[in-house]
Amino acid sequence: ASEKKPGEKAPGEKKPGKKKTGEKKPAEQKASQREVGEKKKRIKKYHASRNPVLARGIGRYSRSAMYARKALYKRKYTAPETKIEKKKKETPRATITKPVGGDKNGGSRVVKIRKMPRYYPTEDVPRKLLSHGKKPFSQHKRRLRASITPGTVLILLTGRHRGKRVVFLKQLATGLLLVTGPLAINRVPLRRAHQKFVIATSTKVDISGVKIPKHLTDAYFKKKRLRKPKHQEGEIFDTEKEKYEITEQRKSDQKAVDSQILARIKKVPQLRGYLRSTFCLSNGVYPHKLVF
Amino acid sequence: VFKRFVEIGRVAFISFGPHAGKLVAIVDVIDQNRALVDGPCSGVRRQAMPFKCMQLTDFVLKFPHSARQKCVRLAWEKENINEKWAATRWAKKIEAREKKAKMTDFDRYKVMKAKKMRNRIIKHEMKKLQRMASKKGKKPEKSEKPEKAEKAPKSAKVQKAQKAQK
Repeated sequence: ASEKKPGEKAPGEKKPGKKKTGEKKPAEQKASQREVGEKKKRIKKYHASRNPVLARGIGRYSRSAMYARKALYKRKYTAPETKIEKKKKETPRATITKPVGGDKNGGSRVVKIRKMPRYYPTEDVPRKLLSHGKKPFSQHKRRLRASITPGTVLILLTGRHRGKRVVFLKQLATGLLLVTGPLAINRVPLRRAHQKFVIATSTKVDISGVKIPKHLTDAYFKKKRLRKPKHQEGEIFDTEKEKYEITEQRKSDQKAVDSQILARIKKVPQLRGYLRSTFCLSNGVYPHKLVF
Repeated sequence: VFKRFVEIGRVAFISFGPHAGKLVAIVDVIDQNRALVDGPCSGVRRQAMPFKCMQLTDFVLKFPHSARQKCVRLAWEKENINEKWAATRWAKKIEAREKKAKMTDFDRYKVMKAKKMRNRIIKHEMKKLQRMASKKGKKPEKSEKPEKAEKAPKSAKVQKAQKAQK
């Protein structure tokens, strides 16, 4: 509604001034003085309309004349700086000085932090379709069968320890199961096993008080591969870890965990012999009919 | 030739169907294929049941035909059929079969160990006797002894199997 009558209302004015400016002034002054006394917020005194009305909707002066009359050339207001603009102003560092080795090199160079691309493809890469819910492996949901709880005896089905019965300790961050023989019983060390390739028996060892060291994570068990050929091939193939050596840390961790578990295994009669034995099928034994 | 007959009061074992495994008394015969049957102490309501799913046991109760459930129950409890049934070899075999099916991997291991131990004892005794027999020459004593030796380790094995279930 205010935009329909541009001639009458000047910006910032509260009363649409139809009367002449001269008559309004003393009345307004009084009112404004009173108000200043009452509310210190509104100190500004608004002028009546400088554009007298000829007919409704038509003012005496044009836009440009009004610009001059209102002295807008002196009054330039900017909007308060928003947070976004402020952030835009704070530009990050563009260059960094790095030390350079060698004589006669001047000691340091000024290096750009963000460099221009070294290659522009001739064709643009087409925009990929939106996908939803495709998470990377690290964010996947890990599940554990209800039949596998800490202390369960598992039967390993694959790997070099297939058929061996083994004690389950805990599930690691990637979802693999941390498992131990114990080493003294069936030569299975602290090792990772995959949930899918394991049969969970209903036999459980009470592992409630056992403390498993915190540093036994996936990174601890991950296979190490040397990858620094330095562009020299030939001899380098020998130095890559063919022979796996048991580190002292592994031995000490094994001892720490096994000593606690062995004590608990000894309490159950015949459990030690059970863990020493291997699982096998024979004639007339059908896995789908067995109760584990 | 036939020892067990379908008669009023014959206790039957239900072999298949919704009441498989329960004992029932024949109260009346409906026609060639069905009987009125009631198992008050085994949780079977009074109903018609085909003969085909019934297997006759050795027990007979005494009550008149079409007697009501209360009478059947009295007769059943008087004869103590439930206990007598549990004592029969038939019931024991059923129980053993059930236990075997429920064996866990650990139990199977324990049974294997017990069997092995028992067989070793038996073989040991046999070998001993054979050696004695071969030393002394042929004598009739040896045929009696192995039977006695077998029974002693057998009970040990049954105990082990029962222990394994627990």
